[in-house]
Amino acid sequence: MVETIVFYTLSALILGLGVAVITTPNTVHSVLFLVMNFLCVAVIYVVLEAEFLAVIQVLVYAGGIVVLYLFVVMLVNLKRDPEAHQDPRRLSLVGLALAGAVLLELAGIVVYSYSREPSAPVAAAAASPVQGNVEQIGWLLYTDYLIPFEVASVLLLVAMVGAIVLAKREL
Amino acid sequence: MIDLVIIPLFKIAVVLNGVLVSVTFMVLLERKVIAWAQSRLGPMRVGPWGVLQAIVDPIKLILKEDITPTKADKWMFTLAPILSLVPALVVFSVVPFGGDALFYITDINVGLLFIISVTSIGVYGIILAGWASNSKYPLLASLRAAAQLISYEIAVTMTLVSVILTAGTLSMVGIVEAQQETGFWFGFVQPVAFVLVFIGGLAETNRIPFDLPEAEQELTGGFHTEYSGMRFALFFLAEYANMIVIAAVVTALFWGGWLRPFPSVDALFPSVGALSFLNLAFLDLIPSWVWFFGKMFVFLYLFIWIRATLPRYRYDQLMRIGWKVLIPIALANIVVTAVVKVWLL
Amino acid sequence: MEITPAHYALLSAALFIIGVVGVLVRRNIIIIFMSIELILNAVNINLVANARHLENLVGQVFVVFVIAVAAAEAAVGLGILLAFFRNKETVNIDEMNVMRW
Repeated sequence: MVETIVFYTLSALILGLGVAVITTPNTVHSVLFLVMNFLCVAVIYVVLEAEFLAVIQVLVYAGGIVVLYLFVVMLVNLKRDPEAHQDPRRLSLVGLALAGAVLLELAGIVVYSYSREPSAPVAAAAASPVQGNVEQIGWLLYTDYLIPFEVASVLLLVAMVGAIVLAKREL
Repeated sequence: MIDLVIIPLFKIAVVLNGVLVSVTFMVLLERKVIAWAQSRLGPMRVGPWGVLQAIVDPIKLILKEDITPTKADKWMFTLAPILSLVPALVVFSVVPFGGDALFYITDINVGLLFIISVTSIGVYGIILAGWASNSKYPLLASLRAAAQLISYEIAVTMTLVSVILTAGTLSMVGIVEAQQETGFWFGFVQPVAFVLVFIGGLAETNRIPFDLPEAEQELTGGFHTEYSGMRFALFFLAEYANMIVIAAVVTALFWGGWLRPFPSVDALFPSVGALSFLNLAFLDLIPSWVWFFGKMFVFLYLFIWIRATLPRYRYDQLMRIGWKVLIPIALANIVVTAVVKVWLL
Repeated sequence: MEITPAHYALLSAALFIIGVVGVLVRRNIIIIFMSIELILNAVNINLVANARHLENLVGQVFVVFVIAVAAAEAAVGLGILLAFFRNKETVNIDEMNVMRW
C-alpha cells in the first residue's frame, strides 16, 4: 500500500517535472526542474533498494552534471531568444505525433510482455561473498565487469581531455 | 509506530533546534573571538558581556523588511536561500553525535557518500541567488562561488576515498567503530587526509582565507548582496550550519567521533602492563556525546581563529591551490593508502 | 494494487518519450542536451527496476556505466556547444547549419 502511494506520487512528480523541463521557456528554470526530476529519480532508486545508485545519482547528476549545465546557461549570454529562428522545413507536429505513436507502441509491448506470464526470477548471479548493496556492486565492478569499468574510466579521461581542448580558446 | 515515527521526529526536532540555536551562539562566539584577537571587547551592551546578542540578532533579522528587487526573478529569489539551507540541515541526519543509537537520527550504509552528495546540492542555492538577483556583483560572486565549490568538492571527495579505504565502510557509525577497533584515530593514520579535508572544508564554507565569493572589498558582500531580512538570515544560517557540518564530519572521520582519548590501549598493548595507566578508564564516566561536542567545538574555534588570523587569497591562487596542489596530493594519498592496505597490512 | 515491474517499465517509457519529444521539438540545444539526460534516466529506472525484480545486481552495475557515459557526454557536448557559441553567437540548432551543403 505504501509502495503504491509512493510510486504514483513519484511517477507524477517525475513525469510532471520532465514535461516542465522541455516546455519551460526560461532555460534556467528548465535546469532547476531537471535537478528536481533527478532528485525524484534518486528517491525511486531508494524505493527500489538501490541506495548506492541513489546517492551516486544525486552526487553525479544533481551535484555535477546539472551544475555544468547551469554554468553553460550562464556563460552563454544570449542576446536574443534561442527559439526565435525556426527552420521552415522543421516538422515539429510530426515529431510530436511520432513520439506519441512510439509511446503507445512501447506501452503495448510492456503490457503484453509482462501480462503473458509472471516471469519467474531468473537464478541470481553467482552468490557474491559480500553483503550489502555497495559491497555487492563493488564486487561485481571489480570482478566480472573489470574491463568495462576500466573502459569507462578511459572514456571519462578522453571526455575530460576533449572538453578542455574544445573549450579552451587557444592551446 | 512509536519507534518508526515519533522517536525519529523527536530526534529531528532536537537536532534542528540544536543546530539553529548553536548557529546564533556561533555568531556571537565569532564576534567575541575576533574582538579578542584584535584587542577589542566585541558586543557588550545586550546582557552580561553581550551574551544576549545571540538572541537579539535573529529577532532583528526576522523583523527587518524583506525586500525583493523589482528586476529579480521572484520565484528563484525566494527559492535560492531555501535551497542553500536545506542541504546543510539534511546532512545532520547521518551525523553520529554519540555511541548509542539514541544520539543519531539514522545510520545508513552509504552515510559518508550521502553527506558528500547532499552538500553538493547546496551550490544551487548560491548560483541561483546570484542569477535571480539580476545584478552584476551577485552574478560574479555566484559564478566564483560555484567554481570554487566544485573545485574543492573534487579534492575533498577524493581525499575522503582514502578514509573510506582505511575504514572499509561508508557508514558514519561504522567509520567511528573502525577507529575503536584499530585503536588509532584516523587523524593519526591519515594526517594528510585530515589537513586536506580541513582546508577543503574552509573553502567549501567560503571562510577566510577562501572567502572570495563574499569578498566585501571587491563584490560588496557577494551573492547575497540583494538579500535582506529573513532571506538573508537563511544564507547566514546555511553558512554557519555548513561550518558545523564540516566540524562534525572532521570529528567523526579523523578524531574518533564520540570515542574518548585512548579508546583501546588494552587492545594495542595487551602485554605491556606498564602502559595500563594510559587506559584512563575513568574517562568513560563522561558521556560519549560530550566528547563529540567537545571535539567539534575545538574545530569550530579553529575556524574562527583562522578567520581572525589569515588574509584572503587571490582568485588565481585559490584555483591553483585547489587543482594543482590539493587534488594531486589527494590522488597520491589514495594510491599510498591502497598500497599500504593491500600489501603491507 | 501491487506495483509490478510493468509499472516501472511504463514510467520509464513515458519519461523516455518526454525526452524524445524534447529532442524533436525544442530548438534550444541546451534543452536538447537536458532531454538526452532525461532519456538516459528513463533507461536507468528500467534497469534498476528489473535488477530488483530479477534479484540480480548486474542491472545496477550497468546504471553505473550509463551514468559515466552521461557525464562524458555532458562534458564533451557542452564543450562543443561553448566552442560553437563563441563563433556563431547562437544556441538554436536550426541555425547550426554550417556543416550542411
